[in-house]
Amino acid sequence: MFAMLALLLMGCGDPTLSALMPQGEVADKQYSLMVLSLAIMIFVLLVVFVIYVFVIIKFRKRKGDDTIPEQVEGNHLLEILWTAIPILLLIILAVPTVMQTFDLSAKDKPKKGELALKVTGHQYWWEFEYPKEEIITSQELVLPVNTKVHVELSSADVIHSFWIPSLAGKTDTNPGDGSKNYMWIETGSKEQVYKGKCAELCGASHALMDFKVKVVSKDKYQAWVSSFKKASGKATGNAAEGQKIFEKNCLSCHAVGKEGGNTGPNLTGFGDKQRVAGVLEHDKDNVKKWIEDPQKVKPGNNMPNVPLNDEEVDAVADYLLSLKLQ
Amino acid sequence: MSTHASHKKRSGLMDWLTTVDHKKIGILYLIAGGFFFIIGGLEAMFMRIQLFKPENDFVAAETFNQLLTMHGTTMIFFAAMPLIFAFMNAVVPLQIGARDVAFPFVNALGFWLFFFGGVLLNLSWLLGGAPDAGWTAYAPLSTTSEGSGVDFYVLGLQISGAGTLVGGINFLVTIINMRAPGMTFMRMPLFTWTAFVTSGLILFAFPPLTIGLFMLMFERVFDANFFNPDNGGNILIWEHIFWIFGHPEVYILILPSFGAISEVVATFSRKRLFGYSAMVFATVLIGFLGFMVWVHHMFTVGLGPVANSIFAVATMAIAVPTGVKIFNWLFTMWGGKIVFSTAMLWAVGFIPTFVMGGVTGVMLAIPSADYQFHDSYFVVAHFHYVIVGGVILGLFAGLYYWYPRMFNRVLNETLGKIHFWTFFIGFHLTFFPQHFLGLMGMPRRVFTYLSGQDLDQLNFISTIGAFLMAIGTIVLFVNVIISTSKKYAPSSDPWHGRTLEWAIPYPTPEYNFAQTPLVRGLDAFWIEKAAGNKGMTPAEPVGDIHMPNPSILPLIMSIGLFVAAFGLIYDTMTVVVIGMAITFISMFFRSVIDDHGFHIHKEEVEEDLKGVKL
Repeated sequence: MFAMLALLLMGCGDPTLSALMPQGEVADKQYSLMVLSLAIMIFVLLVVFVIYVFVIIKFRKRKGDDTIPEQVEGNHLLEILWTAIPILLLIILAVPTVMQTFDLSAKDKPKKGELALKVTGHQYWWEFEYPKEEIITSQELVLPVNTKVHVELSSADVIHSFWIPSLAGKTDTNPGDGSKNYMWIETGSKEQVYKGKCAELCGASHALMDFKVKVVSKDKYQAWVSSFKKASGKATGNAAEGQKIFEKNCLSCHAVGKEGGNTGPNLTGFGDKQRVAGVLEHDKDNVKKWIEDPQKVKPGNNMPNVPLNDEEVDAVADYLLSLKLQ
Repeated sequence: MSTHASHKKRSGLMDWLTTVDHKKIGILYLIAGGFFFIIGGLEAMFMRIQLFKPENDFVAAETFNQLLTMHGTTMIFFAAMPLIFAFMNAVVPLQIGARDVAFPFVNALGFWLFFFGGVLLNLSWLLGGAPDAGWTAYAPLSTTSEGSGVDFYVLGLQISGAGTLVGGINFLVTIINMRAPGMTFMRMPLFTWTAFVTSGLILFAFPPLTIGLFMLMFERVFDANFFNPDNGGNILIWEHIFWIFGHPEVYILILPSFGAISEVVATFSRKRLFGYSAMVFATVLIGFLGFMVWVHHMFTVGLGPVANSIFAVATMAIAVPTGVKIFNWLFTMWGGKIVFSTAMLWAVGFIPTFVMGGVTGVMLAIPSADYQFHDSYFVVAHFHYVIVGGVILGLFAGLYYWYPRMFNRVLNETLGKIHFWTFFIGFHLTFFPQHFLGLMGMPRRVFTYLSGQDLDQLNFISTIGAFLMAIGTIVLFVNVIISTSKKYAPSSDPWHGRTLEWAIPYPTPEYNFAQTPLVRGLDAFWIEKAAGNKGMTPAEPVGDIHMPNPSILPLIMSIGLFVAAFGLIYDTMTVVVIGMAITFISMFFRSVIDDHGFHIHKEEVEEDLKGVKL
């Protein structure tokens, strides 16, 4: 029955987004409890539905039959049965539930061997900090395969909720130092780009607060870390003009390499990203579209309309897309 | 002794504005609740149209957030709640053999407070935008939301919440004090029992909401810092307070619906309710446990494994009494002679639908699995199975069942069955796919979704279902309109009822019972009929009947608060003072004017009794 259920649910949805195609230890465990509970519940449903169908077919009033049925008060045995059996079923469910609740909880400090990560929710983007590696990036989380990650969650403004359905259920990011949250993730053995979502209503563009989780081999991860640390905002090729405009207009909020502010997403390695602003296809037109009117793409976000003319926007877009690691 | 002044008959509109008669107040609740139900339904339709395809631009993101907030708030507070109060008003005094509720004046006040709260909230659409922080209004999104939308939410709910609270207290007192001779607690019909427990829940659940709303109001109007972490506040305070109210609220809604189902199932199976005392005990237990589980709305908030485990197990425990109810309904039908009237169809549709909502509830009680379910469409599917599949289907059953008692007419059965099938199929088509959408990674409260995530087809199906539900609702309103054109009352007991409300002649006299009935057991009317009696045995001789006077003051008191709310929203203290003055002056008059009510004289009652048709 378990296997059948699992088979039935598998193949539902997008393999990089669906909680029904779990990857990694956490999502696997959560999925197994989902299947266990579903199996018990389907058993309950079957019992109820069988009695139900039998009753409404068998005991319908026939034409011309005006007799009064026997006025039964109750039946002690039956009533004890349908109180006791559900209690038993719930105990079967409650034991693994409590065990897993403790198993999946995380302390405020990473355990030995865990990769430390700090996640901060912003309206409407995600900031990812690797405190040990001294890396701050945004919107795309890069993680090595088969690794346990300890995540510390907080928010810079309102409540968000950090959710990568394929890898782990969600945990809220709360504003205020006293309300920090912790969770852990295991990245699984597949090299894959997973989709991440914000799951708590956080304002107009809540629906567009997507991010990506790139799970790569350990070597690739090491290479990414070292190239990220070496990265600078220096333009290559003919993007020098764009760099100047960027430094004058954008750097106060957006960091590239070691330079720049931190109120907006860190743009180091922007050229390698998968999406513009988390939602648009990653091409020059969309980068320009975003710069020209950020409110049109993500209503209610905090980026102002920067007063740039068409050529300047074009140059900045060229510069941003040239920012590649390695 | 009180005066014998015969009371002036008021006519038309003035009669409705001043009535303190529980039967008329029930009708007012039904009409107002039906009106807000349509508004909430339209909001739902706009959302489903927006989501029928990926990256649709039917409504803007900001508008969508207003729609989702108003849909939830309207449906819970201004559709489901008043519809429940409609039936409690129309039925409970009759079922316990009383001539009215304990405090008729307060009853009217409760209605008008609810009504003006609802009007206030919905006026926000016309006055600069509706609230947009969700019906849960989590801080700091709600405290920092721009415009006045959330202020309308706070004050609208505050005013209507006061109305609900006094209504709840009124029914507690009524049921405790006004039962007819012989109507012991364990002989009360189950609908009255559920109304009783629900009123108790209201008594304990609404004060936390009131406090929470005051805190939110102080944050927004007077810049307090309860929920502001930068100044030592904590956002979790709101979440706790809201759900300490919010979870019992779910049971406040569902219990009377259980009650209605119990009456309908027993009546149309021609059988006594199976396991009556277990049903009563289960109702009380559900009400009690309802206060112990609020954290299951907050598993992902980070309260730690100990808190999560305790509340997980407590939540699972509720499944036991709920299961008892389901089996008792099934075994009430077992061995019966089931008549599939429209009311019974709704009850029969309710059972499997509610069970499905119940089992996903147990699944949601598992914290680690809830990390995946929470705030996804899975939850949207779950609570619509409970609130539409449970509460609303139960209320529809009650509507078709008690409509003859309330309006002296029956609803058309054919149209009723069309209403049932379109709404029922539409409901499952809308919400069943949403379980899968949630598991496939679709968060709730999203104004759009990108293509290429395998979410398109199920969303499309869901929207089609929503249209079917809308068609069903239109059929219901056609049915209601047609019924008003007929003066048709086949009998005062059209369903072969078992309880006291069917022992009264048509049309229901103002005083309900010419003589207070003597109750000789559970299903009092059925017992008399089975013994071959024509009606109830009276417990008193015919005499003068003392009745309360109608009053315009409840309406004026509510208007005063309505005016004051505008002063608070627009920061104009003079308007606040004027509004509060209106309310306090009406309260002053209510306190100093001696109102002894009036008597319907013995001769009039005897005259009525002669013309009785049963």
